[in-house]
Amino acid sequence: MSNELSTIEQHVLSDYKYGFVTNIEADEAPRGLSEDTVRFISAKKNEPEWMLEWRLKAYRHWCNMTIPHWANIKYPPIDFQDIIYYSAPKQKVTPKSLDEIDPELRRTFEKLGISLEEQKRLSGVAVDAVIDSVSIGTTFKAQLAELGIIFCSMSEAIREHPELVRKYIGSVVPITDNYFAALNSAVFSDGSFCYIPKGVRCPMELSTYFRINAENTGQFERTLIVAEEGSYVSYLEGCTAPMRDENQLHAAVVELITMDHAEIKYSTVQNWYPGDKQGNGGIYNFVTKRGICKGNHSKISWTQVETGSAITWKYPSVILKGDHSTGEFYSVAVTNNHQQADTGTKMMHLGKNTRSRIVSKGISAGVSNNSYRGLVHIGKNAADARNFSQCDSLLLGDKCGAHTFPYIEVKNNTAVVEHEATTSKIGEDQIFYCNQRGIDTETAVALIINGFAKEVMNQLPMEFAVEAQKLLAISLEGSVG
Amino acid sequence: MDTLTYFKKRFEQLGNANGNGLSAIRRNAFDAFSKMGVPTSRHEEWKYTRISSLFNKEYEIPGETVESGISPADLDGIRLPGYGEANELFFVNGIYSPELSVVRSPELQVQNLEKAAAGEHAAWIKAQLGHSATYLKDGINALNTAFAHGGAFLKVKKGSITEHPVYIYNITDARGRNMLSQPRSLIHVTENAQVSIVETYASFGKEESFSNQVMEVVMERDAMLEYYKIQNDESRTGQVSTTHIRQSGKSHVHAVTVTLGGKMVRNNLNIVMEEQHSEAHMYGFYFPEGDAHVDNHTIVDNVAPNCYSNELYKGVMKENSTGVFNGKIFVRQQAQKTNAYQSNKNILLSPDATINTKPQLEIFADDVKCSHGCTVGKLDEEGLFYLRSRGVPESIARSLLLHGFALDVLEQIRPEHIRTYVDRLISERLELL
Repeated sequence: MSNELSTIEQHVLSDYKYGFVTNIEADEAPRGLSEDTVRFISAKKNEPEWMLEWRLKAYRHWCNMTIPHWANIKYPPIDFQDIIYYSAPKQKVTPKSLDEIDPELRRTFEKLGISLEEQKRLSGVAVDAVIDSVSIGTTFKAQLAELGIIFCSMSEAIREHPELVRKYIGSVVPITDNYFAALNSAVFSDGSFCYIPKGVRCPMELSTYFRINAENTGQFERTLIVAEEGSYVSYLEGCTAPMRDENQLHAAVVELITMDHAEIKYSTVQNWYPGDKQGNGGIYNFVTKRGICKGNHSKISWTQVETGSAITWKYPSVILKGDHSTGEFYSVAVTNNHQQADTGTKMMHLGKNTRSRIVSKGISAGVSNNSYRGLVHIGKNAADARNFSQCDSLLLGDKCGAHTFPYIEVKNNTAVVEHEATTSKIGEDQIFYCNQRGIDTETAVALIINGFAKEVMNQLPMEFAVEAQKLLAISLEGSVG
Repeated sequence: MDTLTYFKKRFEQLGNANGNGLSAIRRNAFDAFSKMGVPTSRHEEWKYTRISSLFNKEYEIPGETVESGISPADLDGIRLPGYGEANELFFVNGIYSPELSVVRSPELQVQNLEKAAAGEHAAWIKAQLGHSATYLKDGINALNTAFAHGGAFLKVKKGSITEHPVYIYNITDARGRNMLSQPRSLIHVTENAQVSIVETYASFGKEESFSNQVMEVVMERDAMLEYYKIQNDESRTGQVSTTHIRQSGKSHVHAVTVTLGGKMVRNNLNIVMEEQHSEAHMYGFYFPEGDAHVDNHTIVDNVAPNCYSNELYKGVMKENSTGVFNGKIFVRQQAQKTNAYQSNKNILLSPDATINTKPQLEIFADDVKCSHGCTVGKLDEEGLFYLRSRGVPESIARSLLLHGFALDVLEQIRPEHIRTYVDRLISERLELL
């Protein structure tokens, strides 16, 4: 019992360490949402006419939609007129190189451990950092350009590569897809665009770092990755936000497209501010992520480590359209205190010989609720499709909840679909085994949790795996006795 | 006249003239139904099963007494084997018929539900009928409750073992008119009592019929229930059948649902485990053919700690048929040490068959063991090859394998007459493969 107390105390002490605020002058849109806001954002970004039209169409559609309530999450109604839809760090001129970026901003990124310079020099990871919806700087651009890879901010892509953006944007997540996707389409302010030409294997990990800085803002970024025939790219996404008492909305859209024999590996370490221990504040992470395996033998793999956000509500999905295409989803979702997560995936098997694999590990602690919701759909023509899903939940404490909602729809008799799920707590025998060998309970729990999540952690690129493992330890510190 | 207006008119007509004990609950249920209507596929629980189109036509809702011309000869055709010794309860168009029914076991007390509700069981029935209140959340259940007349109340005497099973026949007589039959029953398995119930469905006539049944069972301390539902009705009927079992004392439930016939069948089996050390075993086998649609929804609600539940549902989908399975396990916060297992296995025999399955866990307690598994596939190629390499013709090999697949569920039917009967029905269908 004493052990339990001390660990709870420890927990109280463990805080969100990314919760600082950077004092940067920001250029903001007026609060609220109207056609004018959409026009304002579009004008700010010097966008072409078609883009504005597209945004307006999305906005008009959004006006006729109602917010969905089917998810297993609870939150007070969001006032969409009380959000600032555009907040850009004020800069005098467009930076030509990294050195011209506001030093205050760069210090922010250093605090986050993703110093742009350091990244550039040491790790060989090209970073596109997005702060309050605007892309700050993209490293390694020149080197990537040599290979014909385009990796830039979305607004730059709209200006420089309109033909590509126009062709692909909204092709996977249409503006009418859902409430938050429509909202995003109307007001997205930036994001990353990545294009890998035919036959190119991207030599480094591409990375985006998202941060919500200003108060009362929402972050609506848009990511679009296109992998042409035979190409490969591994993409990393990381997120943090300052500690605020209000809830902030993050409604992003990510679209992935792979052609024949191409592969995209998309990894996320999501560590938005989860709110305080009483459940005040925190980010609402309502994100639409979807990839389409357009070509034959193509592959999309989602890996996510979700430790932050007051509410996580997202289902990274794969549409397996090409024959022999593969979709993968690896997820660790950790909820603590008052956090809520309703996350999972959708695998839409349409092509022949398509395969998908789902490994989802949910860990709930405190008074949190963690749900897995997934759909495996085997279409009528998806001959010889194969799916394997595994959803395991670990409960730490008797006040939290773990839920599983797997939907399986099979319309083809040659498909083989398997699903299994378990829910349990850490076994006393396991703890005993460790204790017996001189490992104290706290370390034993960490060990077991790490083992529980290992299958997913192994999928992360090196750079992220270390961070993710630390995050897991921080999020759950002291929640078990 | 649209459906709701018609229901309303009929509801007022049937009224509560006899001032029975059910008027309040019926009125509530009717109000709830007026608000909700027949569930559509926008309702999460009805996502894959569309019944609203079945309500586009006019059905006759029978009055309070049996007025049908069912002859004893009609009954002979539908009787389950072993009826000579069993207790037989007949519902005709949803109305319990004491004239046709035969109660042989002295341990059983069977009464018209309203009479029981107005008589000595008034308090108990008032407390138990619609206890789950699902009729306030589910339109179709509300519809049944609103028209809960002519139902049956069955009580098994304390400490007694009913040696012979109770056969319940739900008959819909759709000769010359569309018929909506809504049987309602309430069963009280008292302390230390034991009973075995076998339910089956039959319809007469060429017109459309819809059967919307609700059965509630309350089990007290050390009670045991075996419950078998055998659906082999001809294929023009729509059917929703809800069985709500409340384990209010430490008790044991063994339920088997076999669905072989019906155009549109929806079964709801809800078990609420309210007392520690209760046990529930649920088995199901569904084998739709043609364009039939079979939906099995089960709920195990663990309210008390230390309970055990085990569930196995298996399905074979033939031709254009569709199977739906939704199994829910709820574990409330106080229900520690729950042990719940659920498994759903499906075989699709044809390229046009569909299965939608959703095994669902909602868990709020940490010291539990809950797992579920689910598979969908075609017939095992290796098994087929093995048999064929030993000279077994393909059709026989296939039916052997499928028979084996069904066996896990079949062997859970304990009364031998019924097991043999169901086995025969399945074998007949397999021969037609």
